Amino acid sequence: MTSPVLKPREDRRPPIIAPGHTFETVTDRISRVVLRKKTPRGWIVGFALSFALMMVLFYTIGALLIRGIGLWGINIPVGWGFAIVTFVWWIGIGHAGTLISAILLLLRQEWRTSINRFAEAMTLFAVACAGIYPVMHLGRPWLAYWLFPYPNTMGMWPNFRSPLIWDVFAVSTYLTVSLMFWYVGLIPDLATLRDRSDSRIGRTVYGMLAIGWRGSAKHWHRYETAYLLLAGLATPLVVSVHTIVSFDFAVSMLPGWHATIFPPYFVAGAIYSGFAMVMTLAIPIRRFYGLEDFITMRHLDNMARVMLATGLIVAYGYAMETFMAWYGGNPYEEFLILNRFTGPYRLQYWLLITCNVILPQVLWLKPIRMNVAALFIMSLVVNVGMWLERYIIVVVSLHRDFLPSSWGIYAGSVYDWSMLFGSMGLFLTLLFLFVRFLPMISIFEMRTLVPEAEVKEEPL
Amino acid sequence: MRRPPIYGMLAEFDTPTQLVTAVRKARAEGYRVMDAYSPFPIEELHEALHFHDRRLPLIVLIGGIAGGLGGYLLEYWTSVIAYPLNVGGRPLHSWPAFIPVTFETTVLCAALAAVLGMLALNGLPMPYHPVFNVPRFALATRDQFFLCIEAIDPHFDREITRRFLQRLDPLSISEVEH
Repeated sequence: MTSPVLKPREDRRPPIIAPGHTFETVTDRISRVVLRKKTPRGWIVGFALSFALMMVLFYTIGALLIRGIGLWGINIPVGWGFAIVTFVWWIGIGHAGTLISAILLLLRQEWRTSINRFAEAMTLFAVACAGIYPVMHLGRPWLAYWLFPYPNTMGMWPNFRSPLIWDVFAVSTYLTVSLMFWYVGLIPDLATLRDRSDSRIGRTVYGMLAIGWRGSAKHWHRYETAYLLLAGLATPLVVSVHTIVSFDFAVSMLPGWHATIFPPYFVAGAIYSGFAMVMTLAIPIRRFYGLEDFITMRHLDNMARVMLATGLIVAYGYAMETFMAWYGGNPYEEFLILNRFTGPYRLQYWLLITCNVILPQVLWLKPIRMNVAALFIMSLVVNVGMWLERYIIVVVSLHRDFLPSSWGIYAGSVYDWSMLFGSMGLFLTLLFLFVRFLPMISIFEMRTLVPEAEVKEEPL
Repeated sequence: MRRPPIYGMLAEFDTPTQLVTAVRKARAEGYRVMDAYSPFPIEELHEALHFHDRRLPLIVLIGGIAGGLGGYLLEYWTSVIAYPLNVGGRPLHSWPAFIPVTFETTVLCAALAAVLGMLALNGLPMPYHPVFNVPRFALATRDQFFLCIEAIDPHFDREITRRFLQRLDPLSISEVEH
């Protein structure tokens, strides 16, 4: 009797790795980007521009150290301003890296493999940029170590009931764990670079970083256990970090901040902006380095879907804020929402709604998700929108609170803007160095996607 | 124990399937002290080697518990004993406010335990290892798969082991110097 053959449903989506690749081609294609002798001209130009922008950041920091944060536009009543807006923006961007590397790993989403490495790098660099802001905002950044609990001659200890101290622990833990996750993922690839490099310096430096990795089955076994456990730890961590960042707002009593929806709405917004940033980076990188075989349309399509989904959660958050202001019957909350809609910052508010809610709806259309240029533009739009969201949250709540006598108007000064764009310079500089000196795609994980990687069972 | 004249015998294979089969056959032949090397993790491989190490999850659990307890006790000691702050008469031991930091220190210490534990159990960093003496072994991080039967295995014999490995149809066989 012949059994009816069940034909699996044909997968019409583009593949996650282009056909025809072997262990050898995957290894060589990715390591070539790092090991080639000649630095491409485009890299040099891009690096030079980013480096110049980073110098703007250093100039700003220098000026702030010498003359103080009065250079910024902040004052009473708006004491947070760009520093906190941009801090939250950068931290949020970092979240997509951890989401891709940890949560999608646990969900066995194989397509994450080719984008996880540089998404993780993006996380690290974004958190590094974010960290500068609250430290500079302290006013006396040289005393930043007072935030940590350590025995001191003043006999003082931090107040653990303050969300700002929670933030210190959350962000520093996040940075440490992301760094370890990234480095552990890099070890086998560093060993590949050690063995493939033909320069003495390359062999020495990559050899030291690879700490003697030799691909032993026993090592792989423990390595995979450690990697999965790290992913399992990073998953709740990433959710906790933006939750705690949102506590900075939600634990206060200010209208527009004191809301229970803040944690989930912040986490969704973080993932939204983070995926937008991954897209902003992935699209030019895959084009410039010819990595379309590894970062395929499938990846871009999936990222666009995640953006669409998280964008809808964020839109729900905006709708719910408005609804609660009416339903809650609190006149201050009601005033806040009307002030957002029609007050002095209405332009920014409606721009935010356009960028984050209205325009991203085009991602429902498949032709848009298959159009690289359109996706690139959308990713920039969302990046701008998410920055504006934090601007609206921070500034509108602060500038008009309970007492009209204490109202004020806030605008960023030149130093606010130079610090914002300067931090992008720092971010891009680190990113350029990363793509030049480290494999931007996880080579060993890409090898597992090659068809031959599967062990075929044969009788002994 | 006298040190054997060589570290072991290394056979090179082209595919993961060949390597897993080779390991199984070597087990069946009675070899026990051996290791397999591959450019990516192969699930079947450590099973074929009958290698199971379950210590790491325990280390991570201990790290997490220590981090959580340590974080909470630090907060308790700071807020109740070392530097009590009376904020509107609220209790000094305000445990709900201590949860976020407790959570973060738990994750931090568990993650540190995972990474440092993995490295320690694997004996890394290890700047020198005999298998690196074989020039072809550089391909173990690219596209080739290796099986090394170590000389301290009681069944190991330079001639017999070499003949056994040859029957597995490898690309190459090399003796590994110490």
